[in-house]
Amino acid sequence: MKIQTRPEHFDPPSLLGTLLRTLHIDVPLFVGLSLTALLSFAILYSAGGQEMSLIYRQAVRVGLAFALMIALAQVNPHQFRHYSAILFGFGVFLLLAVLIMGEIGKGAQRWLDLGFFRFQPSEMIKITTPMMIAWLLANRPLPPRSGQLAAATALILLPTLLIAKQPDLGTALLVASSGAGVLFFAGLSWRLILSIVAVLSALTPLIWHFMRDYQRDRVLTFLNPEADPLGRGYHIIQSKIAIGSGGIYGKGWQGSTQSELEFLPESSTDFIFAVFAEEFGLFGCMGLLLLYLAIIARCLYIAGQAQDTYSKLLAGSLAFTFFVYVFVNIGMVIGVLPVVGVPLPLISYGGTSIVTLMAGFGIIMSIHTHKKKWAR
Amino acid sequence: MPELYTVKDTGAENRIFNKRLIAASVIIGLLTTALIGRLVYLQVVVHQHYATMAKENSVKIVPLVPARGIIYDRHGKILADNTPSYSLDITPEQVGDMADTLSRLQQLLDIPEEKIDTFKKLYKRQKRFASTPLLMNLSDLELAKFAVVRPYFPGVDIRTHQVRYYPYGELASHVIGYVGRINENEQKQLPEVQYRGATHIGKSGIEKSYEAELHGKAGFAEIETNVQARMLGTLSETNPEQGASLHLTLDIDLQKTAYDALAGYNGAVVALDTKTGGVLAFVSRPGFDPNPFVVGIGNEAYQALNASQDQPLYNRALRGLYPPGSTIKPFIALAGLEYDAIDARQTLYCPGYLQLPGSSHKYRDWRKGGHGAVNMSHAITQSCDVYFYRLALGLGIDHLQGFLKKFGFGEHTGIDLDGEKLGLLPSREWKQARKKRPWFPGETVITGIGQGYWQVTPLQLAKATAMLANRGVWRTPFLVDRIVTSQATKPGPEGNGPSLLLAPEHWDSVIAAMVNVVHSAHGTAKSIGYGIDYHIAGKTGTAQVFNIKQGAKYNEKSIDLKLRDHALFIAFAPADDPKIAIAVIAENGGHGGSVAAPIASKVIRQFLKPQNHETLHENPDPPGAF
Repeated sequence: MKIQTRPEHFDPPSLLGTLLRTLHIDVPLFVGLSLTALLSFAILYSAGGQEMSLIYRQAVRVGLAFALMIALAQVNPHQFRHYSAILFGFGVFLLLAVLIMGEIGKGAQRWLDLGFFRFQPSEMIKITTPMMIAWLLANRPLPPRSGQLAAATALILLPTLLIAKQPDLGTALLVASSGAGVLFFAGLSWRLILSIVAVLSALTPLIWHFMRDYQRDRVLTFLNPEADPLGRGYHIIQSKIAIGSGGIYGKGWQGSTQSELEFLPESSTDFIFAVFAEEFGLFGCMGLLLLYLAIIARCLYIAGQAQDTYSKLLAGSLAFTFFVYVFVNIGMVIGVLPVVGVPLPLISYGGTSIVTLMAGFGIIMSIHTHKKKWAR
Repeated sequence: MPELYTVKDTGAENRIFNKRLIAASVIIGLLTTALIGRLVYLQVVVHQHYATMAKENSVKIVPLVPARGIIYDRHGKILADNTPSYSLDITPEQVGDMADTLSRLQQLLDIPEEKIDTFKKLYKRQKRFASTPLLMNLSDLELAKFAVVRPYFPGVDIRTHQVRYYPYGELASHVIGYVGRINENEQKQLPEVQYRGATHIGKSGIEKSYEAELHGKAGFAEIETNVQARMLGTLSETNPEQGASLHLTLDIDLQKTAYDALAGYNGAVVALDTKTGGVLAFVSRPGFDPNPFVVGIGNEAYQALNASQDQPLYNRALRGLYPPGSTIKPFIALAGLEYDAIDARQTLYCPGYLQLPGSSHKYRDWRKGGHGAVNMSHAITQSCDVYFYRLALGLGIDHLQGFLKKFGFGEHTGIDLDGEKLGLLPSREWKQARKKRPWFPGETVITGIGQGYWQVTPLQLAKATAMLANRGVWRTPFLVDRIVTSQATKPGPEGNGPSLLLAPEHWDSVIAAMVNVVHSAHGTAKSIGYGIDYHIAGKTGTAQVFNIKQGAKYNEKSIDLKLRDHALFIAFAPADDPKIAIAVIAENGGHGGSVAAPIASKVIRQFLKPQNHETLHENPDPPGAF
């Protein structure tokens, strides 16, 4: 394999360049993420009713998330691999803990209260699951054999089911796809992939049977939102009106009329894309999608350049999961997927998902920036 | 299988991975294209449709708020009604020159400057297409004035709201309650579908207890409007389900009589229909006007009500706690008969006080010289304290408490109103648990005349009186007789509790003694016994608000008004075939016989007037009912 030589090696060392290298920051990824974060502030300002306090709170969260990303970028990827199984086991243990505490407390429980801050174990498991599967599969030559596949499937299903029981369908979906992503990159045969898809569709009635009432309602609403325009279909109808009325060029920043609270609920959280689409139109949406694609492309490129199987699988899966985030959120807001609680990554108001996402990017940066030292 | 490690082929693995990278990119590309395709469809192909929907000149889905159920009294008089109210709203987007519009409106309708200022602040916070109210509760004159010139004021509109109205004001404020704006906490707990568009919710009384029935279910309409946001027409409509109307057992005329009779005192009157348990009158005085609460009572007015010494917001009939005083004596007499602690004919000597062995403390009788030798009938008629001191001692607190519990003292009566207080029926266990001290015999003594730790609500007292009138049949008090919707009529919560079976002669002796209270020459309430062709059975009570020192004399005139004794009276009539049972408490009224008994008498006389009674059996359909 050809060893990549980076052009900046021949430049006179600039202060900024040295700093970025010392801090193990991948510049293209960093720039893409920062742009998205800035964009998020602009939309939140408009969607949240010109409320500066909202922006301040989100800025603090984004700042912490960036700090966590840079901190993780300092860690050698070897360490991640080394601790994969332990971290995963710890995550599952915490999931069980909240589940049991929830049983005692009679009601859904997702949080672990550590006194000074509240922690959601299902967020941590979003990263540790692909770490675990990547660790499992990287120990043996690819593609994985049936024994490994069975083990991997069990290891993915364990946290997924625990989270689905909380019940948090959106997060369960993301955890499952982060694990499945690793299997996919590890070369799971297409025949197997297709048969799994076939079996899953055949199992739909069974899944329906195990769904909770509100989950069934969401699916029914998705299939026919007009049936209950004031009840559960309301979000989707209002969201489509907002997006559709935005047109090609949009109504301009702060020009959203539908995001008024009475029309579009959850306009700063899960449905923020509708506000964005109304204000910035089709061009704006395509721009945002391009920004997301650029981030994903950079991550996939890093995965391709990674020099050990574990790093490749992990980076590939994290990048893929990021796309699943984008696709599921936008899909539900524009009415092609049922409403599951998945935020628009890096843009929706709220702290937990952004911290996990940035932690993932921190790992990807670490994989890339520690590469050369290790290669030599 | 260590050999597996040896065959790990990095090149082959990279080829697999790179192929999958390409596949992943293709999948991501395809899915993104699908998203963009959908966006193109929404934002380009059907953009016009959604753009018109988003603007005001198109179909808008508006919730239709159901009309709240009307509350009627037992004769069909309306106690809580819905009346239209009009507000003047301005939509800034449609107004050409705001300053000019405002000044012209100000001239036309004589609007005070501060309302204009408030409006300016309000509308700047809103989006330009949202309408903001300038004036609320327009008068007919203002309505007419504006209607004439309406075409010259684009963007200014009159909106109709339904407002709850209580025609009897303070008369029944505690029992009917009131509705108020839905607050943030309530919003979170309300079912979204039924309450979309709703602004008010029952906050107290019947309005709160029967919120689910009164509210109904929201509907929605698809409405077409033009650029001025004026309605052009309704495309489709799913009608709201109107709230159920409630027909109460309450008699508002009787309520008024009781309320007026109590004038001059704080206190409560509860009258029950002994045949059913239905509440006939439920007075807590002073009352308050519930109507300001509907439109939003100002903070100042609310603070004034809240801080008032007389506590007008407090529902005394349901939540007021008073010592029952001597009104408890008939119940204690029944306990004595039931447990064979005494015979009705047996006499006890009353020297004017009771001393427990080994104690110098004198438990005094209200009559200084004592009543001499009294049997049970005399003891009840003249309200001899010493007789009941001794009877209570003979029974012991355990029997006393166990027996009185069967009349529902210390327990919820189960009336269909929220917030009922438990009261307190003292017992050995209660004292040990709460006060960490054992029960003393002296406490049994004063329990015998309804003093000490005792606490009853006027409702509990009325319920126990009705049970006595019914010779042990427990009818749970209730207010709602019928719940009427457009489809069906449901009965209210009429029901019975566990009956108390005693020998008939026990009831006879106690009831006969209670008749003597009103109709004999020595009765403590003899002043009300004239001019009627039936008998009233009653019992006076005077409850101490504070303890007088041993040897000191209770001087009514010299004592602060707030420390004067409470005047109580319980009664039922006619004594041989009871139709009404009543409990009256006049706070700091002094004497039960002279203050509380006449109040009860007025209520009983009105209820038992022949013509009044005939209409009761007709069960008339109120004119406004469905």
